[in-house]
Amino acid sequence: MNAIAAIGAWSIATVRGVGDATRFFLAVLGQIPRALLRFGLVRDQVHFVGNYSVVIIGVSGLFVGFVLGLQGYYTLQRYGSEQALGLLVALSLVRELGPVVTALLFAGRAGTSLTAEIGLMKAGEQLSAMEMMAVNPIGRVIAPRFIAGVIAMPILAALFSAVGIIGGYIVGVQLIGVDEGAFWAQMQGGVDVWSDVGNGVIKSIVFGIAVTFVALRTGFEASPTPEGVSRATTRTVVTASLTVLALDFILTALMFSGS
Amino acid sequence: MNEPAATPVTDGPLVDIADLHFSYGARPILSGVTMQFRRGKVIAVMGGSGSGKTTILRLIGGQLRPDSGTVRVAGQEIAAMNEKALYVVRRRMGMLFQFGALFTDMSVFENVAFPLREHTDLSDELVRDLVLMKLNAVGLRGAHELMPGEISGGMARRVALARAIALDPQLILYDEPFAGLDPISLGVTANLIRALTDALGATSVLVTHDVAESLAIADYVYFIASGKVAAEGTPDELSRSTDPFVRQFVDGAPDGPVPFHYPAQSFAADLGLREGSR
Amino acid sequence: MKSKAIDIWVGLFVVVGAAALLFLALKAGNLASFSTQATYRVNARFDNIGGLKPRAPVKSAGVVVGRVVGIHFDDKTYNAVADIDLETQYKFPKDSSAKILTSGLLGEQYLGLEAGGDQTMLANNDRITNTQSAVVLENLISQFLFNKAADGNSKDKP
Repeated sequence: MNAIAAIGAWSIATVRGVGDATRFFLAVLGQIPRALLRFGLVRDQVHFVGNYSVVIIGVSGLFVGFVLGLQGYYTLQRYGSEQALGLLVALSLVRELGPVVTALLFAGRAGTSLTAEIGLMKAGEQLSAMEMMAVNPIGRVIAPRFIAGVIAMPILAALFSAVGIIGGYIVGVQLIGVDEGAFWAQMQGGVDVWSDVGNGVIKSIVFGIAVTFVALRTGFEASPTPEGVSRATTRTVVTASLTVLALDFILTALMFSGS
Repeated sequence: MNEPAATPVTDGPLVDIADLHFSYGARPILSGVTMQFRRGKVIAVMGGSGSGKTTILRLIGGQLRPDSGTVRVAGQEIAAMNEKALYVVRRRMGMLFQFGALFTDMSVFENVAFPLREHTDLSDELVRDLVLMKLNAVGLRGAHELMPGEISGGMARRVALARAIALDPQLILYDEPFAGLDPISLGVTANLIRALTDALGATSVLVTHDVAESLAIADYVYFIASGKVAAEGTPDELSRSTDPFVRQFVDGAPDGPVPFHYPAQSFAADLGLREGSR
Repeated sequence: MKSKAIDIWVGLFVVVGAAALLFLALKAGNLASFSTQATYRVNARFDNIGGLKPRAPVKSAGVVVGRVVGIHFDDKTYNAVADIDLETQYKFPKDSSAKILTSGLLGEQYLGLEAGGDQTMLANNDRITNTQSAVVLENLISQFLFNKAADGNSKDKP
C-alpha cells in the first residue's frame, strides 16, 4: 500500500513541478520585452555566457573536426569513397554535432555558472531584497540571462561547426592527403543551406532556450544552502543534457526524415 | 513618484495587524497576532528563534499571504493587493535583511544607487549626490567604491541600511539588525536606527532578540511566543514586568516559560535504564 | 567605463558568429551556387515529373546552366509544368529538348537540356516543346513483363 501511495505522491509532485516550471517559463517570457528595453543588462550577460564559452567551444570544435576527419577517412576508404570526406564532416557537424555538442558543453560551462549564480543570489536573499525594493527579480535578473543564452547558443554552434570543418580539412587534406578540390566540391554539392545549415541553426536556438531555461529554473529553485546550490548545478547538467538529447531526436525526426 | 490608486490613510497607526494567522505547511507559526505600529516610532518585535518574527515582516511586505486576519499598511490591506499595487506600496518601504543582502556583483555605490536608478528619472549627478548623502548618514561615504566582498559584515549591513533609506521610506523593516555584531558596531547600528527614524519621520520595526540594544532605543516592544503576543509595552514597563516569560527574556535566564530542553522522553529511558532502577 | 569594453567584446562575439555562419553557408553549403546572374524564365511540360524537385539544377553537357524554380500541375492538359530559370548568358535554340535524368543510379533527379538546331533562341516565357518524362520504374517493369509475355506467346504459337 505504501509503495502505491508513494507512487501517487511522486506523480502529483511531478505534475505540480511541471506546472510550476511552466508558470515560471511564462513569467520569464512576459518579462522579455522589458528586459530587451534594458539592453545593457542583456549585453553584459551575452558577454558572460557567450564570450567566456568561446574558447572551450572553439577548441572542442577543432578536436571534434580532427576526429571526424580521421574516422571518416578510415571508414569511407573501405568503400572507395574518400573523396566524400568533406561532405561527411560537414553534414555531421552542421546537422548534429554542432548544435548538440555545443549545447552539452554550454550546459556544463555556462549553464552551471548561471545556476550557481542564481542559487547564491537566492541564498543571500538578494532576490528577496530586490522584490522588497519593488523591482521584479525575474525581469531584472532572470530574463536578461535567458535572452543572452538564446542569442549566444546559435552563435557558438555555428562557431563549433565552422571550426570543426576546418579541423576536418586540416586532418583530411593537409595530413592525410584527400584531394582539396573534391573535399570542398562534394561538400558544397551535398550541404544545402536551408535544409542542413538552416535546420542546424533552428536546433541550436531550441537547445539554447531549453538549456538556459533549465539552468535558470534549477538555480531559482535551489535550496539556499551550500549543498543545495551544489546539488542544483549537478542537476542542471544532467537535466539539460537529457533534455537536449531528447529534443534532438524529436527535431531530427521532424526535420530530416522527409529528405 | 506615482501615488497608489487609493489614497492612503494619514492618521491612525501606520501598520495595523489584526488577528493574524499563518502556517508554514502544517506547522502553525502565528495563531492570532494583533499589533499596531504608530507613526514615527521605533517598535521592537522580540521573541525566541523560530517564533515567527521574520514571518511578520514578510507578511507586512507582502512576500507572504496570511491564512486569515489582516495586515494593513496606511489603511490599505496588503493581502488584497495585486502585484502592481504591491510594488507601489513597497516603494514607500525599506527593508534591511539579516546579512545585508547586498548585490555582490555591484559596488557599494551602485547598490545604494539601485533603487534610485530603478524608480526615479534623476540625472546621474543628482543620483551621485543622493547616494553619497545616504552613505554619509551611515558613515560609509569613503567606502563607496568598494565591492561588497571587500567590506566587513557590519559595514555591509550599514550599506544595506543606506540602500533601504535611499527613497526616504515611511516604513523601515529591520530583520535582526544586531545579529553577530561586535559591541562598537552594535552601538553604531542602534544609534543609526534611532537617528534615521527621527530624521525621516519614519516608522521603524525591528525584529530582534537582542534585549539590551532594543530596549535602549525602542518606543514600544512586543514579545511573541507560541504564535501569539505574549507581552507588550514600553521598555520601562517591560523591564519592571513580573510576567515570567518577560522576566526570562529580559534577564536572559536559561530556563523558564521557554523550556531549555527540547521535548523528549525521560533521560533514564533514553539511556536504556529501566524507570526507577538504580 | 567597463561597459565600453564589454560592448566591444560582445560585438566581436556576434561578428565572429556571423562570420562562422557565413562560412558555413558559402564555403560548406551551396549558397554560392545560387548565381547572382540575370536569368530568363522558360517552362516545359512533362507527362511525368518523377522525382524532380524545385531548386534542382538544369544541366547541359554536364554544366549547370539554370535552376528549376517551381513545379505545378495543369488541370486543363493534365500534365506537370516545370518553371525554369536559365542564366541569360546561355542561349538555347527553340527546339532544344529537356529530359529528366538521374545523377548516378539512385541519385537526385535533374533536368538535362540538349541544344537543338533552330536559328531562333528561347526567349523569356517561351516553352520548351521537346520533353522526355522521367523514367518510372513500375512502367519499365510492366513493359518488360508485357514484352516477355508477348515473346512467350509468339514462341508458343506453332
